[in-house]
Amino acid sequence: MRAYKKYFSFFRLRFNMGLQYRVAAVSGVITQILWGLIECLTFLAFQQADPAAYPMTFSATVSYVWLREAFFSAFSTWQTDGEVFDSIMDGGIAYELCRPVSIYNMWFARTVASRISMATLRSIPLLTVASLLPRPFRMALPASPQHFILFAITLFLGLGVTVAFCMFTYILAFFTISPQGLRMMFTSLVEFLSGSIIPLPFMPGGVRAFLELLPFAGMFNVPLRIYSGDLSGAQMLRGIGLQCFWFVTLLVLGKALCRAAEKKVVVQGG
Amino acid sequence: MITTEHLCKSYKVAKRNAGMKEACKALFRREVEIIPALSDVSFTIEDGEMVGYIGPNGAGKSSTIKILSGILTPESGSCFVDGYIPWKNRKEHVRRIGVVFGQRTQLWWDVPVIDSFELLKDIYSISPQEYRNNMEELTQLLHLQELLKMPTRQLSLGQRMRCEIAASLLHSPKILFLDEPTIGLDAVSKLAVREFILRLNQTHKTTVILTTHDMQDIEALTKRIILIGRGRVLMDGTLEDMRELAAVHGTVSELPSEETKQMPVDGAAIRQTVPIVHAGLEAGQGDKSLERIVAALYQKLDIV
Repeated sequence: MRAYKKYFSFFRLRFNMGLQYRVAAVSGVITQILWGLIECLTFLAFQQADPAAYPMTFSATVSYVWLREAFFSAFSTWQTDGEVFDSIMDGGIAYELCRPVSIYNMWFARTVASRISMATLRSIPLLTVASLLPRPFRMALPASPQHFILFAITLFLGLGVTVAFCMFTYILAFFTISPQGLRMMFTSLVEFLSGSIIPLPFMPGGVRAFLELLPFAGMFNVPLRIYSGDLSGAQMLRGIGLQCFWFVTLLVLGKALCRAAEKKVVVQGG
Repeated sequence: MITTEHLCKSYKVAKRNAGMKEACKALFRREVEIIPALSDVSFTIEDGEMVGYIGPNGAGKSSTIKILSGILTPESGSCFVDGYIPWKNRKEHVRRIGVVFGQRTQLWWDVPVIDSFELLKDIYSISPQEYRNNMEELTQLLHLQELLKMPTRQLSLGQRMRCEIAASLLHSPKILFLDEPTIGLDAVSKLAVREFILRLNQTHKTTVILTTHDMQDIEALTKRIILIGRGRVLMDGTLEDMRELAAVHGTVSELPSEETKQMPVDGAAIRQTVPIVHAGLEAGQGDKSLERIVAALYQKLDIV
């Protein structure tokens, strides 16, 4: 446990730092509330067009949308983590390599911290507003206390899967001069595959079954659907199992790749 | 003790000519050139020594420092720092060294300096006792009292550099690598930094390896100078040796140019192979500033 104290320190410092950026949070919250409303209206139009073909309850969709917006900064694969890429690109990584720490663990701790701090600042006002809106756009309470507890657990597990995946994009940046292209490719893929643009239940049958097996479904798809009870019983257990599987797999592969990358790292600039 | 033998390192650089056509061509076939950074670097540094590592831009100074601090793997050659191979035993090795890169920052930009220090305390698992002692000493010597509570971004360069140096010494390293620690500093800060480094070397017997372009740093701090150019060690000696070398070469340049071209520039042998023949031009004449001597030397050795 003592060995992990330093990574907890990274976490703490990065978390405290993240809480400083209040104006960014305020503007983010306003944008996201408006965006969430637009999404709710769009789904309402879908539902009214053909209620029979609508794959979730409308209330579950609304909860999904609001939770998605509330924890957006925890799960988004774009826009965040600039500092890691910056340090690789401008050579600031030199100092990080001069420390008796595992680069992988350090980045993992920092990324998790920055994401949690951003999500903390944004989720509280956003969920407050969402629970005060008029029906049918009001955010509902969780399906049951058990669902809420599982939601909380899988939310963290999902964050783990997301960060473990993002670690790959960091590590690949070691091998290219500019990671911009890689980031763009990864993020647009993940946005689609994880159910960020359209929730996975809206995908056609075969595609949906396939996507639910991928690590991207383990990001926020599982916790957000557990919250509203859209995912329960055997399906829920399968979802959680897959989350655990992908988290461990991505972690092990990422660490191995990181070790290989450290060997051939070229620190750029003077 | 630090020993390096025949270190070699080269970089791949993608090159292309200017223009749209060339840019399009490069999409399909990139011309990669191998640029040697270090061709054959060997030296030994004893414990407690203070060594100036100088050479023009691109000579390979930073590459050497990066290899010594374990963040770059050379292609061939060997290197031992207190028995460790830096890039093989990275974690054990870096615990024992301190590094200051003058052009980068290790302090967290948006938080008070003290937060970065506290983090380093945990990273190196520094005992509370040792941390307190070091903090006390560093705060006093580098006048950090007022700076510790300020966010890094609001410090002046001189203030920041003092904090950077303190940050690199919190874990009491036996060896300190300083890569251009006085770059961009004003006269007062430079003097303060030099004084501190000198004191550190004297009181703690810390081995210091310093790269710089400021010859006054060298004059004030180091007895021994290693001159590197085009990835080779060209001289390993004292300031006097360097003055001599510059003087000799200064004379040679006035001779017909053929001889100059044949000057042997491979390896440390140069000092021995060039006889000091011209009594008329005494080594290091007082009116020549050190800067000009070095500039002349770089030009004569054809390493700029």
